[in-house]
This record gives sequence, structure tokens and C-alpha cells, in this order.
Amino acid sequence: MKPANFEYVRPASLEEALVELAKDPDESKVLAGGQSLVPMMNFRLARPERLIDINRIPLLEGVESVGDRVVIRARTRHLALQNLSMSTPLGSLLRTGAAHVGHLPIRTRGTFGGSIAHCDAASEWCLVAGLLDAEMTVRSQARGTRTIPASDFFWSIFTTAMEPDEILTEVSLPALDDSYRTGIAEFARRAGDFAIVAATGAVQVVDGVVRDARVCLGGVSEVPFRSAAAEQVLLGQEWSPRLLRDAAEAAADEVDPPSDSHGDGEYRRDLVRALLPRALAGAVR
Amino acid sequence: MTAVEPPSWTGRSLPRVEDPSILRGHGRYVADVASQDRCWYAKFVRSSIAAGRIVGITAPPGVRIYTAADLDGVGEIVASLARPDFVTTSQPILARDVVRFVGEPVAMVLAETEAEAEDALERVVVEIEPLPAVLSVADATADQARLVHDVDFPGDPNTVVDGRIHTPGFDEVFAAAAHRVSVQVGSARQSAMPLEARASHAAYDPATGRTTLHVTTQMPHVIRTGLADVLGIREDDLRVIAPDVGGGFGAKMALAREDVMVVHAARRLRRNIAWIETREENFMAAWHSREQVYDVEGAFTEDGDLLAVRADLRCDVGAYSCYPVTYGVEPLMAMAELTGPYAVREYSVRSRAVLSNKCPIAPYRGVSRPVQVLAMERLMDVAARQLDIDPVDLRMRNLVHEFPHRIPSGLVLDNASHRQTLAVAAEMADVADFRRRQRAARGEGRLLGIGFSSFAERTGYGTPAFAARSAPFELKPSAVADVITPGFERVVLAMDSSAGVTVRIGASPHGQGLRTALAQVISDELGVSPGEVRVIHSDTDATPYGWGSFASRAMVLAGGASMLAARELAGRLRTLASSRLGGLPGDIDLSDGEARHRETGESVPLFVLARDTYHSSHLIPDKGEPALEATATYDPSGTFANACHVAEVEVDPATGAVAVTRFLVAEDAGRLVNPAIVDGQIQGGVVQGIANALFEELIYDDRGVLVTTSLMDYLPPTLHEVPDIEIAHLETTSPQSVTGAKGVGEGGTIGAPAAIANAVSDALGHLGIAVDHIPATPHRLRTAIRSAQAAQAADKTDRETAS
Repeated sequence: MKPANFEYVRPASLEEALVELAKDPDESKVLAGGQSLVPMMNFRLARPERLIDINRIPLLEGVESVGDRVVIRARTRHLALQNLSMSTPLGSLLRTGAAHVGHLPIRTRGTFGGSIAHCDAASEWCLVAGLLDAEMTVRSQARGTRTIPASDFFWSIFTTAMEPDEILTEVSLPALDDSYRTGIAEFARRAGDFAIVAATGAVQVVDGVVRDARVCLGGVSEVPFRSAAAEQVLLGQEWSPRLLRDAAEAAADEVDPPSDSHGDGEYRRDLVRALLPRALAGAVR
Repeated sequence: MTAVEPPSWTGRSLPRVEDPSILRGHGRYVADVASQDRCWYAKFVRSSIAAGRIVGITAPPGVRIYTAADLDGVGEIVASLARPDFVTTSQPILARDVVRFVGEPVAMVLAETEAEAEDALERVVVEIEPLPAVLSVADATADQARLVHDVDFPGDPNTVVDGRIHTPGFDEVFAAAAHRVSVQVGSARQSAMPLEARASHAAYDPATGRTTLHVTTQMPHVIRTGLADVLGIREDDLRVIAPDVGGGFGAKMALAREDVMVVHAARRLRRNIAWIETREENFMAAWHSREQVYDVEGAFTEDGDLLAVRADLRCDVGAYSCYPVTYGVEPLMAMAELTGPYAVREYSVRSRAVLSNKCPIAPYRGVSRPVQVLAMERLMDVAARQLDIDPVDLRMRNLVHEFPHRIPSGLVLDNASHRQTLAVAAEMADVADFRRRQRAARGEGRLLGIGFSSFAERTGYGTPAFAARSAPFELKPSAVADVITPGFERVVLAMDSSAGVTVRIGASPHGQGLRTALAQVISDELGVSPGEVRVIHSDTDATPYGWGSFASRAMVLAGGASMLAARELAGRLRTLASSRLGGLPGDIDLSDGEARHRETGESVPLFVLARDTYHSSHLIPDKGEPALEATATYDPSGTFANACHVAEVEVDPATGAVAVTRFLVAEDAGRLVNPAIVDGQIQGGVVQGIANALFEELIYDDRGVLVTTSLMDYLPPTLHEVPDIEIAHLETTSPQSVTGAKGVGEGGTIGAPAAIANAVSDALGHLGIAVDHIPATPHRLRTAIRSAQAAQAADKTDRETAS
């Protein structure tokens, strides 16, 4: 439970961090909250030769409204999102999502951007990014800034479109107006555990009819899974609990989940059936 | 003048003297000892193969490595019983030629830091030629099964214990009974999972040639004997100390091969060596438990009297025999205690320990009783349904209520309150109200269930009980080799020249609060306050030989010995006081630090008696010893605590998740020395029982590789998954415990799984689903619910089509 030897640097600015990272990108890792990276290093499942600690860099934390978008800076701690005072459907989704992340000590330290860059398909923030077609802004010394949409960002488990010399700086989400309803429901064996299956949804209902429908599932594939089938069932239809159950059924049929010691694929399908209606149960008041 | 009964310290929930230092971070565990020392660190290269032949072990130059080839003069660990059905195997310190389970230590590396030791570990290459692994009782006992140990098995292959009892009247009664009800129950493998994994630190003293081992253990004296025997050295060459111990639960009452290596290396290299186990190693190699399957059949009369029980009990005990209690511990306890508190007369049982290529078993809180109680309590609920009798009534009808009562295995239930605890539990549970709530919930599609579990918990037993595990044997000119009969406890009590009291005990408390409770018992006898009594324990240089803390025994045995010693010392104080105050020793009361003449009211402080004993010994009236000391041994045959647990659960049919919404315990552990400590024991035990019923499971894959090696896969419940636990106490005392206290260390863990299994079965009874094998995980329950719903839907379609 001791990591292999590594070099540790703690730059004072983003520019300096990018320079450090560019020195040996393949053997370096960026340390933000460390809630996944540090245990993996202790288990020696990750053995970076250099750790670049970005915790002293200013201006990497906070949530900001920019026009019809909301920008979450990468090092924003989960706890800050849980305590977010943003009375919109997005604010509600972020607060609920944050409350599902691990335990209080993990939420105090772990970060929004770290979670997305780590790319665990069951993680709340990867789901939210997938759900809302988030745009990830990354920077490198060599190529400057680029923006990657969620649909191109998540490649497979622990693998994203980011190059090894890039640092995720911020994530931009659509500021959902009040015609939207959002929700997230998870199933884990114990409070605070990684979800076996998680379901998120955002629906826009106008005059009782679904105008926009987004459904994203975790724990059923290597990356956050946008259920086109469920969205299609919902779109343009009159909102009802029955419709929601049909959407869940369509999602369960569409996924092809893996099996492990916590449950087989069929069980995960059942969880999709159970959780998607719970995620959106309060969607229409 | 009337005698005023002094207030008793016993019976009060005094705060535990153990807690402040630990809560303030001043606890001192083995890793703390190591961190304050410039010691080297040991790490163990472990087999990644369940069964195989070691072809080669290589390490680059610079890696300090030790293999079996470096262990000349070091013996093996042998733990045996003198029984005709017992097959003895031995446990090498490092695997020699063959490996028998994933995690078995194959080599040891040493380095100056833990991190460097882990670096070294990665550079060692072990080549193993795999053999077919034996991974189940069925495979292990089949004809031509591969043998886990190359020894002679007189019975079935790989069967190391094969106990049987068959009462003379069984066949006739069983055949003639009106109803026969059968259940098969089983438990997954569990880890005791103490918060502190294993750890040891051996310090070699060049001045004396002695080695001091700090080790996280429940039985320092026995570990010292075992280490000395294996290493071929004098026991006095070793001093074994258990500093603060972060939980044991049975998993720290076995001699670890790793500890032998640490001591061996420290002596050879004349240097301090530490080993701090990781959680992953702890899961793989630090003893498992509970992998048991029981087939049990009960024969009932028309009215529900249980006449006879037939049982076939199988325990998968892994690859080696744990020292000192052996791999007979689970099956032999099950064979002796299965029928528990029920007044059944005829009994036919076969109980086996079967080897496999898995981690060896050791005791874990409750040992085999959680599965025994699961078997009997499922039997009661299944019978109640089959015979259409209320489950509480069926239990009440069959519970023993006249004492003493000899159960068919020969054990004697001493004074207990089985019916009363059931009655109290049923009243707390208010079953009628629950049934109303259950019906209302069903209307909303919510599934509630309730389950009962009545049991007897054998506790506080000394050598007579342990001796019964072996066939009787006699002393011979040479010592009885390899057979160890634990059991007595001895204490040495002293009052110093300032009237301070110390008691040196052979028991080895590690979180139970025994120091507090013993001080309460002793204070009452000596008329001092508990703050003046210091308990010295867990250091072989400072305490009398004893067996340590396990088997719900320390309060009964060390407590009993402490009370007896304190009474003897109190007698001496009364004698000394009567010579000052006049009258006879029997006229003297000891209280508030004084000896007082009951009639005259005249008194003398104990301080004066103590100071004079040591400092004016030439004036002691009866020329007695110039010391205030007493020694006592307590070695009772054992007593039974008893309890009834009730669980209420809600099952989510969509996910299969079970929420334990209410948990009640009606407990009778005799006299409560410290009620808060007793409640803590029950609560902690129930949590581990909930873990067994719903959460924890060690899983091996089909090659014998342990899959669950971290706390992401092996899931002890947290505070969120555990309800408040309501406890009621009854206090039935027993002549088998001089303090009146019965053991209460394991009851929570023993009773809870059955109560929960019955409750979940109650919630899902309408679907025809019963929980007989635990843990009842969401995945398993949901899968069963899905099949049941599909079957019911198909049924409905059939009926509709037909009509």
C-alpha cells in the first residue's frame, strides 16, 4: 500500500503546470483531489513517474453563468456543487448528483473535473456531462486551448479524448430553463459506494408534451450511455408515469450491460427499469 | 447500628477507562511501535495460484529474500486434536515445494522502508506449475479427489474431521413422527475483517539475546508458546506484547506464519523487523470463516413438538489447521450445539471439516453458531408454515424451560430464560400491529417482513469444554504433543503499599472494555473505587499464563478469577483490620477505601493497613506475609447466555435491496457488570450479523483466485445500513459463573442472520421465496423475484386462457 517512487511538482500557475506536464506527458499525472488517483497509486495500479499537483493554481475553482451556459471550473470540489445556490433545474441536478458522490471526506477533496478526466462510467459527473452534451475545455502547452463535446470526449473506461499533455480546465453545460425537469437515481449496495447502475434524465415538458428528452445511464457500458431508445419513446409524447415506464423498458432493452460480482447483465437491466422512473419521478409537477 | 449496604460498582454503566486515550489519538498499535523504530520491513511474496508445485523462485541481486530453503531448524505449525476422526496436517512457515491457496506465503523480502519492501516484492519471480484446485466440499470428497495434503485419510478424501452422534432412540422416533420438515442453509465465506489488519514488530536485544514481539493478537501467551515450539527456542527467549489491538473477532487468535518469519529474521539478523499487513493480504491470507452448508431435518408431532433432529453439517475449512484451536472448531461446535435451546431428545448428526485450496479458516465471532441458528430458526419458520402454527407459538412450545437440561449432544443448559426472552421480544415487536402495517404496505406494493431468532449462546467455558473436543487422554511421561486444551484463567492481584490495586491477568482484552469491568468487580470486593484498580494485561513478562480473550469468556473467566482473588485479598484485609478494630474478620466491612467494624462503626483506612503491611511488617500481628497479594484461577465448565432477536425488513422488489428497518434484542447475559459495555457488545455483534445476512461475501473464481480483495468488493455495512438496535435485558444467573455474568461477546452476530433471513422470507413468502443461504444480496433476491413474478404471470395467463 505504498506507491512506487515518483517525482512531485506543485506549480503555482496553469502555464507552469502545462510546461511541467509537457516535459514527460506519458509518465506524468495531474493531481487534483486525488480520490481515485492516490488509491490507485497505493495499489500500484497507477505508477506515474511524475505528479503535477494543481491544487495551488488560482482560478481553477468555481461555477459561473455565461449567457445560456454554465461553466464549472475543473477543480471545483464536489462539496461546492452540493452546496450550490442555483435555483434552476441544472442546479438541482448538480446538487443531487454531488450528494451521491462517495462520503463527505471524498466530497470535500475530490473534484468535478478530476472525476470527468478520470472517466469512470458510473461516476455522476460523467453521466451529467453525457446527459447535457457538456463541452470540455482542455489546454496544453503545445496546442493551446481546444473544446471537446461529450460525445467525442468519453472513449472507454478510464480513457478520454484528452492528450497526455493536456489539462482539463473547465466544463460548460447548458443552463436549462425552468421548462426542464432533471433527476438522478442510483443503486449501490451501501450509501456512498460506486453505483452499480445510475440513471439521469432531463426532460422539457411544455403543455404536458415532452419537447426535449435526455436520458443517460451509468454502469451499463464503458462510457456514459445516452439511451436514444428511451429518448425516442419520450419525445413528442404526452407526459405520464406510463410513458416513463415505457421509456425505462426501452432503455433496458437497448443496453447490453456487463456482469461482475455485484450483479449480472440481466440484473443491471432490471436496475435500469427501476431507476429511470425514479430519476424522473418528480419531473412534472 | 444497622449495616448499610454499600452502593455496588457492578451494574453501573461507567465510562470505559480504555476510551479516552484511543479517542485522543494516543492509542499505540503495532504500526506505531514500528514507526518509532528504525526497523526493517518485511513483505511476503504470496502464491497467485490456488494449487501447484513451486518450480522456481528468483530475485535479482540486491533483493533480500528468504524462502523455505532458508528455514533450517524451523519447524512447522501443527494444530491437532486427540480424536479418532481427526486427520492432522501441518503448516510450513513458507510454502515448501507446493502451494495450497492463493495468498499463501512463498517467500519473505526485507527492506529498509515499506515502500522499498514493496519494490522488492515486485522483483521476485515465482514460477508455479498449477495443479487442479480443490474448491468445493463436493469436489474434495469425491472418489479419486485430489488431496490437498498428502496424508492418509481414513474416511472420505480431504475430510479432516468427521464427527457423529446418533442417539439410541433416534431411528424409531424419527420414522414414526407425524411431520418431517427439512431445510438446507448455508453461509458464504466471511472475513472477520478487523479494522487493524495483522501486524508484528520483533525487536532483538543484543544485551539479553531476547526478542520482544509486539503483535496484534488476542492470545499473547499461547502465541509465545507456538512461536517458541516452531522456532525450537525457549519460551523465555521471547517476550510477547499485544499493544492496542484494533479488533480481533477471532481472526487474531491464530499463530501467523508471517509472525514466525518476523521473529526468526530478527533473531538471525539481530535487527528489528516489522510487518504491517495490507487489507488485500488480510482478505487473501488472514483467515476466513463460515463457509458452511447444513442439511437439517426435524421430526415433529401433529401438535408441533420437535422430537428429533437429523443433520449433515459440512464446513469448508480451507488448506490448513489454525493453531491452537484447529480446523475442528466450526464442525465440532456445530455438532455439539446445533439443537440449541430446543427440547429435542433424539439427534443424529454427521459433522465434517473438509479441506480445500482456499484460505484456512479460524474462529470468527460466533464461529459456526450463526449458521446453526440459521438452520434451527429457518426450520422453525418452515415448520410453522407447514404445520400451520404461529412461529412464535411453535418456538414457545419447544423451548427448554426446566433447568438444568441435558441436550442430546450431552451439553447441559444451565439456568436460562428462553421462553421469557421470546415473550419479551414478541411483546416489543407487537406482531399484531406489524401484520397490520405489513398488509397496508402490501396495498402500496411495498414488501415488509418480520423474523424471529431464539438461541442459546454457550459462553465462559474453561478446560472441561475444550477437553470434550478430544477423546479422553491421560498424562504420560512425555508431554501430550500438539494437543492443546485451552480454558482456565488465572489472575494475580496485589495491593501496593499505598493501597493501589493492580491485577495481572492472562486474558488479553482488545477493545471489549474488560479493564473497566474487572475494576468494577474488584472494587466491590475490596471496597475501593474502580479508578484505583489497574488491570495489567497482554504482556507475557508481566502477566500469568492465560489463554487470552475469545469465545465470550473473559468477563466470566478473568472476571471470576478476579472476584475470587479479590475475595481472598479482602479476607486478608479484614483479618488485619479486625486485629486493629477488635472483633472477628467477619465483623469488618470494606467500603470507601476503609475497613469498618460493622457494630462499633470504627474504621481504619486501607492505606494504613497497606502501608503497615509493607513498612511495619515486623509488627504484623499474625506474622503473615509482608505483602497484600492473592492469586486465583477460575475454570468453569461453561454457561449459556440466551436471547431472542427480531428483525423487521423492507424489500424493494424492483432492486432486490433489503433495508433492516427495526432490530430488537431481548438478551439474557446474566448479571450486567457494565450495561453500557454489554449493549455495545450486542450492537457491534448485530452489525456483523447483518453483514453476514445481507452484505459480506468472500468470492473465489473457478480457478481458486479470490475476487473480493478490497473494500470496494467486500462490503461491511456502514451506519447508513444499520438501524437503531433496541435492547431489553433479563438477568438469569448461573452457578457456572461466580460473578453471575454470562458471556455476551458473540450473541449479536449469532442471532441476527437468522432473524433477518426469516424476515426477508416473510416479506417474500407470497412469491414462494425463502432465504436459506446468506448473504441475501440484492442481485440474488431480485433474480429470485424476477423468476417468481414471471412464473406468476405465466400462471395467470394460463388461467385466463383456460377460462
